[in-house]
Amino acid sequence: MSSQPQTSTGPRSRNTSEIVRMLLVPLALIISILVGRWSLGVMKDADAPRLLVVGVALLVGVFGIWIAYWLCNELLNLIPSETLRERIRPVIFVGPALALLIIYLVYPTVMTAYYSVLDKNSETFVGLENFKFAFTNRTIQIALRNNVYWIVGVTSFSVIGGLIMAVLFDKVRYEAVAKSMIFLPMIISFVGAGVIWRFMYASNPPGVGLLNAFIGNFDFKPVAWLINKSVNNIALIVIMIWLQTGFCLVILSAALKAIPADIIDAARVDGAGELDIFWRIIIPSLKTTILTVVTTVVIAVLKVFDIVFVMTNGNYETEVIANRMFTEFFRNQNYGLSSALTMILVIAVLPVMIINVRNARRQRG
Amino acid sequence: MRIQRLVSRSFVHFAVIAIAFLWTLPTVGVLVSSFRPENDVKNSGWWNALKHPFEESVWTFKNYADVISANGLGEAFVNTLVVTIPATILPITVAAFAAYAFAWMKFPGRDWLFAMVIGLMVVPLQVALIPILRLYTQTGIAGTFLGLWLAHTGFGLPLAIYLLYNYISQLPGDLIESAKIDGASDFTVFMRIVLPLSTPAIASFAIFQFLWIWNDLLVSLVFLGTNKVLTVKLSELTGSLGNKWHLLTAGAFVSMIVPLAVFFALQRYFVRGLLAGSVKG
Repeated sequence: MSSQPQTSTGPRSRNTSEIVRMLLVPLALIISILVGRWSLGVMKDADAPRLLVVGVALLVGVFGIWIAYWLCNELLNLIPSETLRERIRPVIFVGPALALLIIYLVYPTVMTAYYSVLDKNSETFVGLENFKFAFTNRTIQIALRNNVYWIVGVTSFSVIGGLIMAVLFDKVRYEAVAKSMIFLPMIISFVGAGVIWRFMYASNPPGVGLLNAFIGNFDFKPVAWLINKSVNNIALIVIMIWLQTGFCLVILSAALKAIPADIIDAARVDGAGELDIFWRIIIPSLKTTILTVVTTVVIAVLKVFDIVFVMTNGNYETEVIANRMFTEFFRNQNYGLSSALTMILVIAVLPVMIINVRNARRQRG
Repeated sequence: MRIQRLVSRSFVHFAVIAIAFLWTLPTVGVLVSSFRPENDVKNSGWWNALKHPFEESVWTFKNYADVISANGLGEAFVNTLVVTIPATILPITVAAFAAYAFAWMKFPGRDWLFAMVIGLMVVPLQVALIPILRLYTQTGIAGTFLGLWLAHTGFGLPLAIYLLYNYISQLPGDLIESAKIDGASDFTVFMRIVLPLSTPAIASFAIFQFLWIWNDLLVSLVFLGTNKVLTVKLSELTGSLGNKWHLLTAGAFVSMIVPLAVFFALQRYFVRGLLAGSVKG
């Protein structure tokens, strides 16, 4: 009874809203195309007033994308056939993401692989010449060696350090504060961290660097930490450890808390010491987590660039692959060699990629 | 037995406090120095300032004033905001739509495409530098904010899709099915149900992406040309200012203020995001 009037007004109001929509959507489309073109012009124009560029940039960057999705969806609704509409709809949802992934990651990977077998101007084919050069050139050999140092040094210290801290911090009531202090460096940029540590290592003017002041207490002469070849790589690696340990701590600490307390209590009742508990219960239960943390840190370290770029720019035998890659690309314009160095990084992460994909596929069944 | 316990407990306290102290020391040094007058910074270690912390002559804001106006960090700060805000919102939006489709829509090749997304998660973004710079030069968007946002969006997408997919695919299927039976389109379901329910996951990823863009040096250095962001400007200053530590320390702090605020305000989401993201490297 009461549903009668509703069903009779339903279609009519839908009809009017349909007509409004038919008119509104094309209009919105035209307006957004015009606004889009105009704002692109403003953003490309070097002489446009700064405030205008900033305002336009923020508006377009924040709202433009939502309007674009809405418009595409509304345009699709204008298609009369429902089966066709629902066939196309997923394209609107995943299409933009796939397009961006293909443009920014898939296509560049293919192109970089291609450039790596061409000469420095990407003109003639040279085969594996760039790779051969990379593995025989002394600076790049040093870079490869340093990357190994970095991976071993940063991974072992930050993972083991994070693990020890996770266990220790778990025992005190001010755990949250202590943890925050360790993972605070994580939010600092590599460049910011660079300044912080340059200041720690400073030897000029004398007396301002904490580290040199500290060893001065023991009558050691000031050390040029970033130049002296026997310590400079360690000095750089310490920065990365300082940044990464917080990450390891957070992840390992969460996994540690997931170990059922009664297991540990039972062991304690049976007379197990703290060390027994650490080696026999904690380490085995955290095995998978430790493995993920190690993988994440290794990948992060492999790509390390900013720290070396800011601190030494690879001088005094502190070069790493990612910084060399940047120098060859940006300064020397040797696109072939630069691409070959990038491909070395890609090949290094390939096993992780394969394992991840396999796990994900298994998980989805 | 009790004494032994007491000793081991005080050892734990000592170790925890010592570690936390050591870890914070470098940052505190920079913070303290950034508020000291030029001559003091030059002539004595920063720890000396803490000996007479209540004398007014020990502290100054001049370094900040200098570094923000004369050294152009103020302008760089604005540029960084203009880069970071859209470059955080764009990937989240694009990824949320895609994650919904991967979780709740049926289309050919879905599993293969998702595998591709997972695979792309570890690709070093260095691969993109030369090809994309060439592409940008050809299309004329080299050096624009738009080019940088899109680049950041592309690089952030695999992780964003993965994290949001993990969350969105766990939402109750009944809710989504029944909304569809009532005649709601995918778009409505996404906007009215999925998006509001996914706020925690979106917030976690947003913080990540925001910090990652704010702190990025490499991508901005290559794609942004004249509109320098904080990291690029600061890295230039480390070269040009050399040993003017009073300015460098203030500059470093200017670049850290926003991340610090984000960190202290949203620490919970930050940690949650870290945990979600680390499930699979």
